[in-house]
Amino acid sequence: MAQATLTRSVAVRRQRGRRGESLTKVLFVLPAALAMAALFGYPVVKNVVMSLQDYSLRTFFTGQAPFVGLKNYAAMVSDQLFSQAMVNTALFTIGSIAFQFSIGLALALFFRRNFPLGGLLRSLLLLPWLLPLIVSSATWRSILEQDNGILNRTLTGLHLIDQPVPWLNSPSVALIAVIGVNIWIGIPFNVTLLYSGLSEIPDELYEAGQLDGATGRRAFVHITWPNLRAVAGVLLMLGVVYTIKVLDIILGLTGGGPANATQTLATQSYERSFVDFKFGEGAALSNLLIGLSFLFAIFYLRSTRRAVDE
Amino acid sequence: MTDSATRRAAYTVIGLLIVGVMLFPVYWMLNASLQPSGNTLTAGFLPLDPSFAGYRRALSEQGGNLVTSLIIATGTVVLSLAIAAPCAYALSQFRSRWVSIGLLAILISQMIPGIVIANALYTAYERIGLLNSIPGLIVANCSSALPFAILILRSFMLSLPPSLVEAARVDGAGLLRAFVAIVLPISRNSLITAGLFSFLFSWSDFLFALTLTTKGGVRPVTLGIYQYLGTQVQNWNAVMATAVLSAIPAVVLLVAAQKYIAAGAVGGAVK
Repeated sequence: MAQATLTRSVAVRRQRGRRGESLTKVLFVLPAALAMAALFGYPVVKNVVMSLQDYSLRTFFTGQAPFVGLKNYAAMVSDQLFSQAMVNTALFTIGSIAFQFSIGLALALFFRRNFPLGGLLRSLLLLPWLLPLIVSSATWRSILEQDNGILNRTLTGLHLIDQPVPWLNSPSVALIAVIGVNIWIGIPFNVTLLYSGLSEIPDELYEAGQLDGATGRRAFVHITWPNLRAVAGVLLMLGVVYTIKVLDIILGLTGGGPANATQTLATQSYERSFVDFKFGEGAALSNLLIGLSFLFAIFYLRSTRRAVDE
Repeated sequence: MTDSATRRAAYTVIGLLIVGVMLFPVYWMLNASLQPSGNTLTAGFLPLDPSFAGYRRALSEQGGNLVTSLIIATGTVVLSLAIAAPCAYALSQFRSRWVSIGLLAILISQMIPGIVIANALYTAYERIGLLNSIPGLIVANCSSALPFAILILRSFMLSLPPSLVEAARVDGAGLLRAFVAIVLPISRNSLITAGLFSFLFSWSDFLFALTLTTKGGVRPVTLGIYQYLGTQVQNWNAVMATAVLSAIPAVVLLVAAQKYIAAGAVGGAVK
């Protein structure tokens, strides 16, 4: 009885404070909501508008950006570099993710084994992911340098190559070199997420599997992989979303060259806007990037929904 | 027993080899930074005769840029945490249909390329005079720091029992006061983690530094390195010394907050 009265009086007090409280609750979220709107909502809308305008250097002086319909998109598609940039973006994204993921998975499986220094070594592995991308680019520039870079000197010393490979100076190998560097940068993130996914698979499953004769490769196929699929799905989608927009590494390593061999949609968008000052065309390209990301985002959200609901 | 001990030792050796290969570029950066001027790229595998000429040059040419980066990164930490912490608390503890909408918005925000933000901010900054300014870069860098900070803080705050705040509320404390007096102190570790990541994101920023500055006044160190690389590289030791100096926050983060990093990466990505 006393309990019920107490509960009721608390409930009444709560009700009275509810209006003031819901206002406070709004205040908790308001700054973040405004910031997100300014930093993401506004740019997306602004890019859509800009892509339909003749938004160029002149705009900054006259303040005028005439509406031109889809002209910027037409210019984008008919640009002679467009198809190459599309192909390079696809190769860069697929090549990076395929190797980041498979090497990451192999390393994650390896580090699941219990051995001295395992934890320390695994956390040291994170360093490439934490370095500023431009620092990694500069370092790899020196390693891949054609005449005196340590890679060519080592390969020549081992008689694996006769002549120095122009890693970043030849249109036929530059994209491969850039993808290689990006794989190196992405491995730690993949290891970390896959390792945490592996850790969440209960040991009992493996013990039960052992009784049924599922060990080694069979254990991987029947136990590890099915339980890792959710994490792997998230990771692959995140990989696409992050890789498709990579700009720093390419600008630092090759600047899109040699002979446009490493131009991607992201570098093209940058060049249209900030080198040519054709913001309308740059915006059209970056809208294409957003569109592609959102295609994958649908898969991504589907696979993370479970994690979000938890 | 001996067999398994041998096997585990062998794993350690393999692990050392893997990490050695993966971290070789980092070692090489350090090695190249300690070479005398000029002949850096012909360096041997060990800096047997270390020279600090590269560092002298780096500090005299990039010292100011390092300070600029430090100010911008610190500003980003303060601004993004101040905005992210209350929001993360709301997204973890309030019951409302807006929670899932907010989370969806944050997830979508991670798909928006930096160049889209740079395009829009450039035109806006040009009008309001924030180009070539430290506040302008701090705000722009919040675009990478803020969503990540919200996700990390939220994934930690999800584990806070609601009774914690309820007890204070019964004593008459308002929601805001309970948040400041109870939630923030108890979330110290997650605030540090989110702050370290915000610092690193902002410190590493290159895209906004490149696009939102047009003249020399404000120049973060990432832009300084890029300009070293732009022309034919003359002094690799100075470039690599600057790279080493720019890598210090990442190393500090790894050493000081080792156990939080993996948790942060996983929390920021999955949750």
